Amino acid sequence: MDDLTNDDIHRILADAEKLLPVAKGNLHLPLLQGKILGNLFFEPSTRTRMSFETAMKRLGGDVVNLGAVASSSVVKGETLHDTIRMVDGYSDVIALRHPLQGAAQYASDCANVPIANAGDGAGHHPTQTMLDLFTIKQAHGRIENLNVVLVGDLRFGRTVHSLSYALVRFGCKLTLVSPESLKLPEEIINELKEQGGELKITEELKPQLENADVVYMTRIQKERFPDEDEYVRIAGVYKLVADDLSSVKKDMIVMHPLPRVDEINPDVDSTRHAAYFEQAFNGVVTRMALLCDMLNISIPEKIGGGK
Amino acid sequence: MSADEQSMRRVTAIRNGTVIDHIPGGMVLQALRIFNVDGRQSNPISLVMNVPSGKLGTKDILKIEDRELTQDELDRLALIAPMASVSIIRNYSVAEKLTIQLSDEMINVAHCIYSNCISNSVREPLPHRLKVLSTTPMILQCHYCARNQNLERLIENLL
Repeated sequence: MDDLTNDDIHRILADAEKLLPVAKGNLHLPLLQGKILGNLFFEPSTRTRMSFETAMKRLGGDVVNLGAVASSSVVKGETLHDTIRMVDGYSDVIALRHPLQGAAQYASDCANVPIANAGDGAGHHPTQTMLDLFTIKQAHGRIENLNVVLVGDLRFGRTVHSLSYALVRFGCKLTLVSPESLKLPEEIINELKEQGGELKITEELKPQLENADVVYMTRIQKERFPDEDEYVRIAGVYKLVADDLSSVKKDMIVMHPLPRVDEINPDVDSTRHAAYFEQAFNGVVTRMALLCDMLNISIPEKIGGGK
Repeated sequence: MSADEQSMRRVTAIRNGTVIDHIPGGMVLQALRIFNVDGRQSNPISLVMNVPSGKLGTKDILKIEDRELTQDELDRLALIAPMASVSIIRNYSVAEKLTIQLSDEMINVAHCIYSNCISNSVREPLPHRLKVLSTTPMILQCHYCARNQNLERLIENLL
């Protein structure tokens, strides 16, 4: 995300909005016909991998996949460098998910084609951040100066790290709600403050809801806790049910990077506030805009439908 | 005789080679690592540790005979001794005084302190790169994972 200026971000979000009818399949617009995306996922991923693939195909492009790491040349000891050099020759753009931090920068240094960072270790997950920003913009018409409440596992969740930097850049106020053991890492808190971020840190969820424009829930993973009872107790506290939303702002949205477990009760799904499935869909449209941007394909001012 | 002169005389003047003064006290062994001095060379080397210094409190001095360090080698020294003064000695007199010049990036000087950084994967061929964000205080950041480095730990990771 650091490579993008605020203007770049606004431009890509605007492009994504233009591409909505294409992403929904209502309009055929083969902007990326003849282009091939190399999907290199060294870690399991459903949404990110599928949405990259869908994004490419909706725009008339094609996809080659690394397949399961267990059956690929990686298992024979191939370096990331060599894998990238190979796929570089097979494709026009590469989407990379890798367990190690810095892998995306490393791959960019190896490749001639552009690399989309689809998550590297606990590091960055910029395409997720873009789709989160897009979802916020669709709901509120802007991404500036909103009250955003981030809830749950703020320590290990990379989506939250990337997103919080971006939100601070656009002047949003962040309320960080988590148990002590899953707080946002101290160095990130300090950096956000240095960048002028207005932060409120608390362990209590319910009192934060009333003023929120966005409530961003995350999954608390069982494996983070040494003790099952502790997990059950904590996971129970950071849980939303429809009744909690009775006195929230009308246009407040509840987001979640998915998959969810118990943190959002299914009875929230039918409220006006539930935005997480739309958010998952937005992964396609923002990745369409990002792929076009990386391949220097400009998106026509007006796209079909007379809209 | 000043304290500085006194400490210089703990070891004899050298005929040809390099003298590095004002290494922070106790760091001279790291400096040897930086210059790949590992006991397999035959040229005489003298080191002085922990002598009083006006500037640094205590300092170390290193004299390497019959070897003139290059600017490149010296720039690696910046990691532990950014204030060091370096003289090239020829025929008992100072032929050149060199200063440490840090470039924007240290390439293959040390590897990132984070074990989960891609640059620490065995056999990955690209160079280790640390960006110099600031020199006073020294702030170094891994080019790949973009994390700032703890200098004490980084010294353990010299290449």
